[in-house]
Amino acid sequence: MNSSPLTLWEQAQSQGVSRRDFIRYCSWLAAAAGVEASAIGQVVHAMENKPRIPVLWLHFQECTCCSESFIRSSHPVVSDIVLDKISLDYSETLMAAAGFQAEKSLHDTMKKYKGEYLMCVEGSIPTGEDGAYCCIGGKSAVDIVKEVAADAKAIIAWGNCATHGCVQAAKPNPTTATPVHKIISGKPIINVPGCPPIAEVMAGTIVHLLAFDRIPQLDSLGRPKAFYSRRIHDTCYRRPNYDAGLFVESFDDENARKGYCLYKMGCRGPVTYNACAVTKWNGGTSYPIQSGHGCIGCSEKDFWDNGPFYQHLASFPGFGIETTADNIGVAVGVATAVGITAHAVSTNLRKGKQIKAEIASSEEKEVSSNKRGA
Amino acid sequence: MENTLIQRVYVWQLPVRLYHWVNALALFLLACTGYLIGHPFAIQSGTEAYDNYWFGTVRFIHFVSAFFFFFNFLGRIYWGFVGNKYARWENFIPTKKAQFEEIKDVLKVDVLQSSVKPLESIGHNSLAGVSYFLSFLAFLFQCVTGFGMYSAMSTSMLPKMFAWIVPMMGGDFAVRQWHHVMMWFFVIFSMIHVYLVFYHDYVEGRGIISSMAGGWKFIEKDHHKK
Ligand code: HEM
Ligand code: HEM
Ligand code: SF4
Ligand code: SF4
Repeated sequence: MNSSPLTLWEQAQSQGVSRRDFIRYCSWLAAAAGVEASAIGQVVHAMENKPRIPVLWLHFQECTCCSESFIRSSHPVVSDIVLDKISLDYSETLMAAAGFQAEKSLHDTMKKYKGEYLMCVEGSIPTGEDGAYCCIGGKSAVDIVKEVAADAKAIIAWGNCATHGCVQAAKPNPTTATPVHKIISGKPIINVPGCPPIAEVMAGTIVHLLAFDRIPQLDSLGRPKAFYSRRIHDTCYRRPNYDAGLFVESFDDENARKGYCLYKMGCRGPVTYNACAVTKWNGGTSYPIQSGHGCIGCSEKDFWDNGPFYQHLASFPGFGIETTADNIGVAVGVATAVGITAHAVSTNLRKGKQIKAEIASSEEKEVSSNKRGA
Repeated sequence: MENTLIQRVYVWQLPVRLYHWVNALALFLLACTGYLIGHPFAIQSGTEAYDNYWFGTVRFIHFVSAFFFFFNFLGRIYWGFVGNKYARWENFIPTKKAQFEEIKDVLKVDVLQSSVKPLESIGHNSLAGVSYFLSFLAFLFQCVTGFGMYSAMSTSMLPKMFAWIVPMMGGDFAVRQWHHVMMWFFVIFSMIHVYLVFYHDYVEGRGIISSMAGGWKFIEKDHHKK
């Protein structure tokens, strides 16, 4: 490990990157971080003067799709960020070290860069059974998270697992899978949900930290506003069909061929905050809706429990898989109508006599008053 | 000719009546358009999106009705503090012993019909009051969840004031789901409510249906002596 870490510009130079490429790279970073063109100068300045940030990337209950997504970032420089520009001091997936060596590297970085390193978490943390469901190097995930977080500068929670618990936390959540923000407090935590998050979104988040040395603007759920402030539905290219009321009714109908809106196929676009419809996937190639499938809401809390994915309303808890609130509403409505009818019949049985008597006495009075009037 | 047995009582002031019918109309529109938003009907059509806008219009009606509904509701809350004694909050939240007694009586006489003794109240009876209070809570819930969802597509201040509900309920999906579930509360409430209004008119003959139009009820003169 270097005693005085190189700045990014120094490191780029040592790899034979030209000034032109360096500036181009900085412009791309600025764009990825979602800042305006005038801030490019700031990015260049930061790259020239800032040492690399040490990163500790922890993996717990996860499938590694976040890492997989990240290293497939479309722009070549993104892999540069991972592998060169930020120094990845510990990552179960990407580091060369293993076993005791890896643990040593982790602890060395924590000691040497106390309060300066960036902690990335991929995966949820099981808290059930004292954390026994996930142990690394003899320590439970809960203990590791707390230990590493204590001296971290900031924390990035990657993916739905680390931000909401994802499938492990779906009912009944057998391991008590818990997202980072429910375990750690008092540290800046950036939530980057998605299953996985889009590579460019991940890169953009890291770049922001790298270039500006502060966390990006976050919304009330701790997500970077630049990527999570709009719903898929707000920028979906099928949206005109939604407003026009042109919907796909089944995946193989004529409407599907015409590319109508997938709302009735259970599309979660109207309730999902993510950048898919803008940034798209695999270098801007496509995103699920463009490929004919509705959004399943993979960046939202509890999206596994809000199923089935192919119907608009979730099934109502406790009433079987295909029973929606509407089925129950109709049943209660019919029961109410029956109750009302029964009540009306009963009213005439119980109070009919009384009412008839009143009518009769009223008629009598009318007659007598008429007589008096005459 | 002066009626010797019946006395007219001015029960529902104009703001209450206005509130009632604006509310009923807005709710009707909200429930219909809301249901359509949840279940748009199928159009197999060869036309292009730019030729149509019916779903946008349905949503537009929902939102416009929502604003009427919301401000109308605020107006009624205000009137609960300054209106006449039949309009005031005390009618909706039972606190006095007499009110709890009345709830029991109404259950016996009108709901279970195990007793035929005549009932006393001139304004809402206490049980009706409670049911309206519950419906006010449901109104509040619909407004909060509705504007919470609306805040995602608006930059204006009013919806933004309700944006907190979304993270609190765990996301837009949950908000939408419960907003939809609540629609059924109003459907059921309206069925029972309209039935009961007719029921009371039929059994008691005090002109309760027209009371929400003109404001007057017809009460027996010896009512207070009982
Ligand atoms: C109190 C009576 C109301 C009823 C019965 C009602 C009913 C509904 C229903 C059934 C839906 C469809 C949910 C779904 O399955 O997707 C809906 C959607 C919605 N409602 Fe309401 N609603 C009411 C009041 C309000 C209010 C006061 C607002 C405030 C603005 C509001 C705003 C919305 C919004 C934003 C949507 C989602 C529409 C979309 O994104 O396309 N609603 N409503
Ligand atoms: C044909 C339809 C309707 C008629 C004839 C009607 C009639 C009435 C009458 C006579 C009252 C006074 C009841 C009492 O003395 O306790 C009343 C109160 C009320 N009704 Fe309706 N109603 C109708 C529809 C609705 C609908 C659709 C709603 C909304 C779901 C509604 C909500 C209310 C509320 C909240 C009150 C309490 C009024 C207050 O003091 O603020 N009504 N209605
Ligand atoms: S396909 Fe989904 S995200 Fe796109 S307009 Fe339709 S409902 Fe919205
Ligand atoms: S479209 Fe929806 S489900 Fe698909 S990746 Fe984006 S947020 Fe996830």
